[in-house]
Amino acid sequence: MKRLLIAAATASLVLTGSALADEKPDILKVGITTFLSGPASVFGEPAKAGAEMMIADINADGGIGGVPVEVYFVDEGAGGEALLAEYRRLVEDVGVDAMFASISSGNCTKIGPLAEDLKVLNIMWDCGTQRIFEENDFRYSFRTQANATPEMLSTVLYLLKTKPDLKTIAVVNQDYAWGRDSWAIFSTALKQLKPDVEVVAEFFPKFGAPDFSTEISRLQALRPDAILSTSWGGDLDTFVRQATQRGLTNTSTLVLPLAESSLERLGGALPAGHIVGARGDHYFLHPEKAGDAAFTSFVDDFKERTGAYPIYPVFHMAQALSALEGAYKKAISANGGAWPGDEAVIDAMSGLTFAGLGREVTIRDDNQGVEDQLLGTTVRVDGYDFALLDNMMMFDGDAITTPVGMISAEWLETLTPEFVDSVAFESFSHGS
Amino acid sequence: MNATLFALALFDGISYAALVFLVAVGLTLIFGVLRVLNVAHGSFYALGAYTTASIGSAIFAASFAPWLAFPLMLIAAIGVGILVGGPIEKLLLSRIYEMEDVLQILVTFAVFMILEDAQRLIWGVQPLFEATALNALGTIEVLGITYTVYQLIFLPIVAVAVLVALRVGLRRTLTGRLITAVTEDREAATSIGIDAEKVYLITFMVGASLAAFGGALASATTSVVPGMGADMIVLSFAVVATAGLGNIEGAALTALLIGLGRSFAVYLWPEVEVLVPYLIMLFVLLVRPQGLFGMPDARKI
Repeated sequence: MKRLLIAAATASLVLTGSALADEKPDILKVGITTFLSGPASVFGEPAKAGAEMMIADINADGGIGGVPVEVYFVDEGAGGEALLAEYRRLVEDVGVDAMFASISSGNCTKIGPLAEDLKVLNIMWDCGTQRIFEENDFRYSFRTQANATPEMLSTVLYLLKTKPDLKTIAVVNQDYAWGRDSWAIFSTALKQLKPDVEVVAEFFPKFGAPDFSTEISRLQALRPDAILSTSWGGDLDTFVRQATQRGLTNTSTLVLPLAESSLERLGGALPAGHIVGARGDHYFLHPEKAGDAAFTSFVDDFKERTGAYPIYPVFHMAQALSALEGAYKKAISANGGAWPGDEAVIDAMSGLTFAGLGREVTIRDDNQGVEDQLLGTTVRVDGYDFALLDNMMMFDGDAITTPVGMISAEWLETLTPEFVDSVAFESFSHGS
Repeated sequence: MNATLFALALFDGISYAALVFLVAVGLTLIFGVLRVLNVAHGSFYALGAYTTASIGSAIFAASFAPWLAFPLMLIAAIGVGILVGGPIEKLLLSRIYEMEDVLQILVTFAVFMILEDAQRLIWGVQPLFEATALNALGTIEVLGITYTVYQLIFLPIVAVAVLVALRVGLRRTLTGRLITAVTEDREAATSIGIDAEKVYLITFMVGASLAAFGGALASATTSVVPGMGADMIVLSFAVVATAGLGNIEGAALTALLIGLGRSFAVYLWPEVEVLVPYLIMLFVLLVRPQGLFGMPDARKI
């Protein structure tokens, strides 16, 4: 009897011991879904290049917790089913330790439940739909950046702070989920914060539309004070260029929450005086990072390697990698320096604070990241053949992110005009 | 809707129709003569746009005169038609004319996919933009609205010129008459000594050049992006099917119909804008299954 007890005790000790100190792997495998084909590869390709550079840096410093990182890229452009199959293959056959997925909100929505099934750390590294954590309770998925609600709400705040007597607005968004959802958030917030603004036109041209001439003629006739477009990539470039060619930019202020990613491509086509956002505090001339050698050397290296300055998906990638690194470090130290189990890393993600190449981001109880938002007005500066940002405002992420447990649409309805002055922000000018 | 808005919608519709016509007419020409529904047609549109935009960016960065943008478009379009269209007809399509229709669609679809990837390999995924031609012509103010001369005047003139050239070319020139003869009856034409293979090759290169020309003209107004060919091919099919496959004047009229329908929708009911081409197609095909100008026996698919 006594021997049996000892045997049982030894066995249980061995079992718990193995759960606490996992064997340190030779390689930490990370799978990243990103667009390598289709229109969204304007985001996916720079993000991939950024990931490769940053992972090389991490490995040069000895890797994460002494383990080098190996990365596997998956093309989101392959479409839903193929993406899910590839995701499953990476987790089950290749045995990745963490997945970063994805750029597309639709893909994030599909992958969330799959990550729960597979019990794999899933970092939603770029997708923006606010619904993910409002409508689901995920253990394995985390978002290391803000979502559409703070992004749109900060845009409304910036617009109202810079144009307090705004009377009329029109919208030209892409006809798909993001174009529709972002307008729903923006218009709800605007209606609450300045109820007397009139929406004079709502256009949702086809995704990938090559021509906005008719919309532009109509907008010239209507002359709204501001024109919102949450479009991106080629669609945004085309719209801005056609608007400038036709002089629409002289009569209305463009409000472009994603245009940070188009600034360099647009070159001379985006004149001064229009509002630009960056889906977070992402800007290659981040006003608080001018003296930060790590930041400026990354920006220079990226420009040299890819021929373009880094844009927000690159910075989102930096945040996801920094969160991964932070979670492992936190879990390792919680485990007394030994390599942590998978579940311990998941636990470490909650409440984690980390910084990519911008301000700090914190993961809330609902796994949503709280990220500050940067907006600015375009300015032309000698030495750059494209528009830069001036009159920048950095909005406090806490105040503009839907509180845990609330649905954005309902929370926005509770806002009042006083909200505009209640949100903390800091101002920066170009070169400050 | 008052008279001013009516006029504005008319202008917008015409300039849009001009571009759509140029692409669709190449497709319908190839179908009319070769009896092949060429899915790769959209690729020629994209290749024309990419070639013009990339060469344009290079030469205007080296401060060449802006007027060169116009001959560049023509050269790029003909270059794409001959250098890309020629081998495709000679090496691929010429082998499958006798085979089933569905095989032709699959083969041209495969060519389309290959060319899409080739574009990404050559030009990458970042949007290109080259508007020297458009900027060179300046703007014009009509009824208080600023238009670009390029879109409002130049594009419609080019479209009409192409239409007239095709009509005259097919009826008055020797090559045109040979093409018409082969279209009417290939066997009879071959028996009196017409080289049908050569006629097919020339027609395909002309059709491909027209699509590339459409792309070259569009490159001055729109971002050149991966996938632009796929969007254009869908719209062109709608135009060609509505017009009746193989009918050139029908393509012109349908392009105009779709262009105007779309611009009036933006003024009156923006929500249905994207639906307009397909609503028109649906309505026409319900009443006339062979298309507006098609002969019932001309239908192949």
